[in-house]
Amino acid sequence: MGTPLLTLSGLTKAYPGVVANDDVSFDIQPGEVHALLGENGAGKSTLVKMIYGLVSPDSGRMALNGAPYTPASPNAARAAGVAMVFQHFSLFDALTVAENVALGMDNPPSTGELASKIRSVSDAYGLPLDPHRTVGDLSAGERQRVEIIRCLLQDPKLLIMDEPTSVLTPQEVEILFRTLRKLSAEGTAILYISHKLEEIRALCDNATILRLGKKVATCIPAQKTAAELAEMMVGSSLTPPKRVSQVSEEVALHVSGLNLAPAQAFGTSLRDITLTLHKGEVLGIGGVAGNGQDELLAALSGERLCAPSQIMLDGRPVGNLGPAQRRKMGLLAAPEERLGHAAVPDMSLTENALMTGVTRQGLAKGGWINWAATKGFAERVIHQFDVRTPGPHVAARALSGGNLQKFVIGREVLQAPHVLVVNQPTWGVDASAAAAIRQALLDLAAKGAAIICISQDLDELMEISDRFAALNEGRLTHARPAAGLTIEEIGLMMGGAHGMEAAHV
Amino acid sequence: MDLSSINPILLLASLMVAATPVLFAALGELIVERAGVLNLGVEGMMITGAVAGFIVAVETGSPTMGFIGAAVAGALLSMLFALLTQVFLANQVASGLALTLFGLGLSALLGQGYVGVKPPSTPKLDLGMLTDLPVIGRILFVHDAMVYVGLLLAVAIWFFLARTRAGLILRAVGENHDAAHALGYKVVRIRFAAIAFGGACAGLGGAYLSLVRVPQWTEGMTAGIGWISLALVVFASWKPGRVVMGAYLFGGVNVLQLNLQAAGAAIPVEYLAMSPYLITIIVLVIMSADRSRAPASLGRPFHASH
Repeated sequence: MGTPLLTLSGLTKAYPGVVANDDVSFDIQPGEVHALLGENGAGKSTLVKMIYGLVSPDSGRMALNGAPYTPASPNAARAAGVAMVFQHFSLFDALTVAENVALGMDNPPSTGELASKIRSVSDAYGLPLDPHRTVGDLSAGERQRVEIIRCLLQDPKLLIMDEPTSVLTPQEVEILFRTLRKLSAEGTAILYISHKLEEIRALCDNATILRLGKKVATCIPAQKTAAELAEMMVGSSLTPPKRVSQVSEEVALHVSGLNLAPAQAFGTSLRDITLTLHKGEVLGIGGVAGNGQDELLAALSGERLCAPSQIMLDGRPVGNLGPAQRRKMGLLAAPEERLGHAAVPDMSLTENALMTGVTRQGLAKGGWINWAATKGFAERVIHQFDVRTPGPHVAARALSGGNLQKFVIGREVLQAPHVLVVNQPTWGVDASAAAAIRQALLDLAAKGAAIICISQDLDELMEISDRFAALNEGRLTHARPAAGLTIEEIGLMMGGAHGMEAAHV
Repeated sequence: MDLSSINPILLLASLMVAATPVLFAALGELIVERAGVLNLGVEGMMITGAVAGFIVAVETGSPTMGFIGAAVAGALLSMLFALLTQVFLANQVASGLALTLFGLGLSALLGQGYVGVKPPSTPKLDLGMLTDLPVIGRILFVHDAMVYVGLLLAVAIWFFLARTRAGLILRAVGENHDAAHALGYKVVRIRFAAIAFGGACAGLGGAYLSLVRVPQWTEGMTAGIGWISLALVVFASWKPGRVVMGAYLFGGVNVLQLNLQAAGAAIPVEYLAMSPYLITIIVLVIMSADRSRAPASLGRPFHASH
């Protein structure tokens, strides 16, 4: 091979208390699709931030086309031909597609010219997009197109993609992969970050695997099995969760004809949600982010109220009851956002345990908190769910994502719910913690509790669900038995490729 | 009550004068808030501008120098707020309130020797033929330059926000500062500039009070105009056109109620005095019902480390 496009040698970056990258070296050839694999916290994001000029390395060198490369800012990186699509979209909701694209360019042409350029590039790469729409109204897949087109208009030599498929339907993933293969055939190198192993096996030419900031292996992903890749990532073998399904005939929760307007701008309305949940059952609810997941959780948990009979818990109407009353009756929920919704970041784990456990655990009497009992409850959660923390006095903020998630889920599971609603229970959690959380949910169901698991991780839903339904623009599909569903069927339930038809008009 | 003592032409003409201080302060704050910063110190910057402009005008004998001095003083004071909130990441609400209290105290101190002094008068702009137009000329074209500067500023700000790249970047910073940072824009630097502009505008508004509208220096003479400007920005849905409407409505009702007071209307003075604030807010609340959104990063502290 000739000169590599990008050479990294000995890159090291330390933050107080943690070495994010330790002596990482590898090359990327022109036109190569290179995977960067690793668990959360393995140092993938820090590494690409250094390449994109957002963070400067403590030591080590980078070279682009053989010349030293030290980007001081993203502008410098872009000027050198490095573009990046972010994991959390770096888009501006209130601005139009064209304005968003213009902000990512150093010398944007006039609005009209830019709009026609966006149209032509988006058609050429099979990513239809209307430049004059407001980004806040777009689906997740369309928003990602905005980011990709923003990058493509710069004519990049290297395109960095950070977890691009986590918000896409399977059909949209297919469209994205076609685009990426086309780019790679034209000579653009792609650095692809993901922990979805099958995708990497299908797409990438080479893979570099990071663990705890160090490069632990390189391989050709197509020659490895997903299990082998996972072992290289985690450093040990993983056991998939075991389940014994015991769905009873008894109905635990019944929702009928639930309509709810969004609580904030750019939210999603719930439209005519109807579902029946049996005791001992796990109902998996899939769907692309922003299709009503948060709103559904709020309606079920009692944060948003509806007509009494629209939600029936064990045959009793609860639609007009708030979260505390529903908790008392056995309907518990764990929302998606760990810091700020499921837990109060600056309060200790004991205080956070009190927040949801106060009624069912009897932690307060006559307005006085029983701190000893509360601490005991928090310690039980920490112990039984293997939460790695010095103790229950630690602030929630200080825990890593995976540990806090184990705490948040464990706190609900230990309260013996009749019905538990969880949203994204393993989002941003490393593989072993995710397996533990899934196992806990399955064990809970085996004891007769009914569980609704809202998630964007289809593999997770297929692993634990008895039945599967999908949210699409606030509507819930009919639930179907999860066993035997194909990925195409699931994709169609999720609404296929969002906005394709609309954008062609 | 003798309504015939109210001259409609004079009323409309003085409406433009009464609206100008609010207009300046609100336009400045609009830019600040569009950049994602909530500066509640408008009242403090206005009154500092009022006293600084007054002092400079009296000492130099030039109203123009007075206005320049007022803008500089307002901008300087706002830099204190910018330093606290953008560098030391202090709470914006608390810092803004502190700025108002500080400005009120500072202006009282500086203005001690100037109570009762008469400032040099600000000349009317000579618009020749236009002023001679019947009715229209005597309403629209009999004012000093600052009235027109305020209106031109509103047009310029609209153009800046809607049509220029710098305006787009400013809106982007206010909308999502993390994304703007990730794209390589200097969030803190842009916000410093916006805050300084807001301070300068508030200073000009204050100086217009002490040099033209009143014209003399009295302690606490802004009397809540800074606060009404703040409310105006919100209820005008962060749109310059609506800010102009709101300011002129406020000025209009204010002038009308003063005229009614003078004409001896049978409504208690207290009700008349509160009417401009009440009516302006009611009208703007109704107008803002179209679900316009605040800049999404408004009031949130920005720290670049993540």
